[in-house]
Amino acid sequence: MEGFWNIFQAFSVVLVIGGTPLLFATLGELLTEKAGHLNLGVEGMMLIGAVAGFAAGHFTGSPLLAMGGAFLAGGLGAMIYGFLTVTLRANQVVSGLALTMFGTGISSYLGVNFIGQKMSAEISAFFSPVAIPLLSSIPYVGRVFFRQDPMVYLGYVTVALLGTYLYRTRIGLNLRAVGENPGAADASGINVDLYKYVHIFLGGALCGLGGAYLSVVAVPQWQDGITAGRGWIAIALVIFAGWNPFKAILGAYLFGGLSIIGFYFGNYFSAWNISQNLIDMLPYAVTILVLTASSVRKSKEKGAPKALGVAYYREER
Amino acid sequence: MKRLSALFLALLVASATLFAGCAPKVTSDTEPQQQPEGQQEGQQGEAGTISKEDMVVGFIYVGPIGDGGYTWAHDQGRLFLEEQLGVKTIYKESVPENQEVEQVLRSMVDQGAKAIFATSFGYMDYVEKVSNEFPDVKFFHCSGYKTTANMANYFGRIYESRYLSGIVAGMKTESDIIGYVGAFPIPEVVRGINAFTLGAQSVNPDVKVKVVFTSTWYDPAKEKDAAISLLDQGADVIAQHQDTAGPQQAAQERGAFAIGYNSDMSEAAPAANMTSSVWNWGPYYVEQTQAVMDGTFASHSYWEGFSEGIVDLAPLTANAPEGAAAKVEEAKAKILDGSLFVFEGPLKDQTGAERVAAGVQMTDQEMLSFDWFVEGVEGKIE
Repeated sequence: MEGFWNIFQAFSVVLVIGGTPLLFATLGELLTEKAGHLNLGVEGMMLIGAVAGFAAGHFTGSPLLAMGGAFLAGGLGAMIYGFLTVTLRANQVVSGLALTMFGTGISSYLGVNFIGQKMSAEISAFFSPVAIPLLSSIPYVGRVFFRQDPMVYLGYVTVALLGTYLYRTRIGLNLRAVGENPGAADASGINVDLYKYVHIFLGGALCGLGGAYLSVVAVPQWQDGITAGRGWIAIALVIFAGWNPFKAILGAYLFGGLSIIGFYFGNYFSAWNISQNLIDMLPYAVTILVLTASSVRKSKEKGAPKALGVAYYREER
Repeated sequence: MKRLSALFLALLVASATLFAGCAPKVTSDTEPQQQPEGQQEGQQGEAGTISKEDMVVGFIYVGPIGDGGYTWAHDQGRLFLEEQLGVKTIYKESVPENQEVEQVLRSMVDQGAKAIFATSFGYMDYVEKVSNEFPDVKFFHCSGYKTTANMANYFGRIYESRYLSGIVAGMKTESDIIGYVGAFPIPEVVRGINAFTLGAQSVNPDVKVKVVFTSTWYDPAKEKDAAISLLDQGADVIAQHQDTAGPQQAAQERGAFAIGYNSDMSEAAPAANMTSSVWNWGPYYVEQTQAVMDGTFASHSYWEGFSEGIVDLAPLTANAPEGAAAKVEEAKAKILDGSLFVFEGPLKDQTGAERVAAGVQMTDQEMLSFDWFVEGVEGKIE
C-alpha cells in the first residue's frame, strides 16, 4: 500500500507540472471569452509565446525577461486577432484559426536556429522547484502543490487574481457586461472596444506564458511545435470550467493528470481491461457532458457569455 | 453593406496570413555547383542517363526538420547526398499522411524531380498512385511494403542497433529496471523493445524493461513526463522510441542515464546520454540517386542493417559503463559475420511460453508483424 501511495504522490507531482501550461492557456482564453471573443488561436499564441520566451531567455539569460517576452509576444499575437475581430469585425472563428496557423508557422521559422538548444543552467536553476515554508511540510499536499517551480505558484496567483478581478471589481463587472451585452455596456458608458482590446491582449499574453512554460521551464529545450495540441485542450477546458477561473485550475490539473495517468497506473488499467485510448478520450467526453448539462439547465451562472462570438456593431443597436 | 465589406476584407487578410503560414515550403538550398573544367565529357548523351545539372531529388518529411530526431536524420541524409553528388534537392516538411501527399509529389515532379524519397509509412498508397502517373520518375517509400515498376521501398534493421544499446543499458542499470518510452504499440516499436530487451538480458539476465506508450510520436513534454513516471517507478536507465529528446532530459534531471534514438542525442543530455541508435540514410540516398542518374534503377524492397551501414550506434559517451564498448563491438562483429541473429530462439513471451524454438530464426515476415513482447518486458500491447 505504501508503494501505491508513493506512486500516487509522484503521479500528482507530475500532474501539476503537466497541468500548468494548460492552466495559463485556459485562463487566457477564459479572459478573452469574457470579453465576448472566441479566440481559437490559443495554440498559435502559445507557440509564439514559447519561441519568444525561449529566444528572450537565450539571448538575455534573464528568466524574468524570458517570461516577460513570452507575455508580450503572446499578447501581440492576439492583437492581430483583435484587430481583425474588434475593428474589422471579421468572423472570429476564421480569424482565430488563421492565428493558429500563423503562430505555428512563425514559431517554426523563428525557432530554426534554436533547434536542439537548451535553456541556460542559470535560467533552469531559477525555475527549479522551491519549497514554500510550512505549507510544504503538509503531508502529500505540501509535496504536490508547494514544492514546485515558481511558475506553478504564479499559476495559483493568477487564478486568485483573475477570480477577484472578474467577480469582485468594478472593471471586472464591466468586462462581463461587455461579454454578455455589449450594447447595454456601451449605453452605460463603457468603452466596449477598449475593453475588448485590453482583454484580448491579456488573454493572449497568458497563453504566451503557457507556451513559454513548456519551452523555458518544463522541457526546457527548443523543439518545433512544442505545444503539441495543448491549445485546443485549453479551449475545451474553458467550457469544462464553465468560464470560472477557480474551476479552470481543477480542470487543468484533471486534464493534465488524465494525460499521464496511464504511465503510472497502466498495470491496473490492463488488469481491469481499460484501454489507454479510453482514458485519452475521457477529458473530451467529460467536456461534452459538462456542455450538455449546462445547456440543459440553462444556468445563467455557468453558461458562456451571451455575446460570445458575435461582432458588436454600435450603429445597429 | 459595411458589414459585408468588413467581413470580406477580414477574410482576405485571414487567408493571406493562412497562406503565409502554410504555403508549400518547397525549398531548394543548393546552388548548382560549378563544374570544374574538363569534366564535362561523359555527362550527357547516353540514353536513360541524367546529368548532374538536370538531376533534382525531392524529399517529403512527416515532421519538421527541427524535431532533432526522425525527420532530422532523413534531412542529414539529404544534405549528405548534396555534398556527395552535388545534385539539386528540394524538400517539404510536415506533410500530413493524407491526400496532400499527392499534390506535393506532383508539384515536385513539376519542379523537375527525377527521384523522390517519401519518408513516412502513411505516404505509401499516395506514392503508389502517383508513381503510376509518372513512369519516368523514380519513387522511394520509407518503411512500407509496396512496390511498382518505378517505386521501391526501403527501411533499416534498427533493431540490430537497439540490441547493442540494450547491452549498454543492461550493464549500466543497478536497479535492474530499465524504462522504455514507446510511441505506439505497433510492430516497428515492439520489435525495437524486444531487441533492446534481449540485448540487455544478454549481459544482465535479471533485467526488466518497463514500457509505457505515449500515443504520440511528437510531444516533448509528454514524452518527458512518461520518462519521469518510469523513473518514479524505479527505473535508472531510460530508452525511447520517440522523435524528441524529452525522455533524455528527464533522465538528466533525475541523475539517471539514457539511450537515445534517431540521431545522436548526447548533446541534448550530456550528463545522462550513453549512446543512441541512429539512422544513417545518406549512403542509401547517394547510391539510389546515382542509380537513377546512371539509368540503372531497379525496383526493390530494401531492409538492411549494419551490413549496409544504414543503421548505426552513436559513439558511447563517458556515461556508458566500463567495458561496454568492448561488449558492443564484440556483438556488432558477430551480427556482421552472421554468428549472432537478434531474434533467434529460444525466445519466450511474457507468459513464459516458448514462441520461437531453439536455433530457429524469425523470418522477416514474422518480425514485421511482431505483436508480442519477449519475457522480461513489463507492459501491454493493446
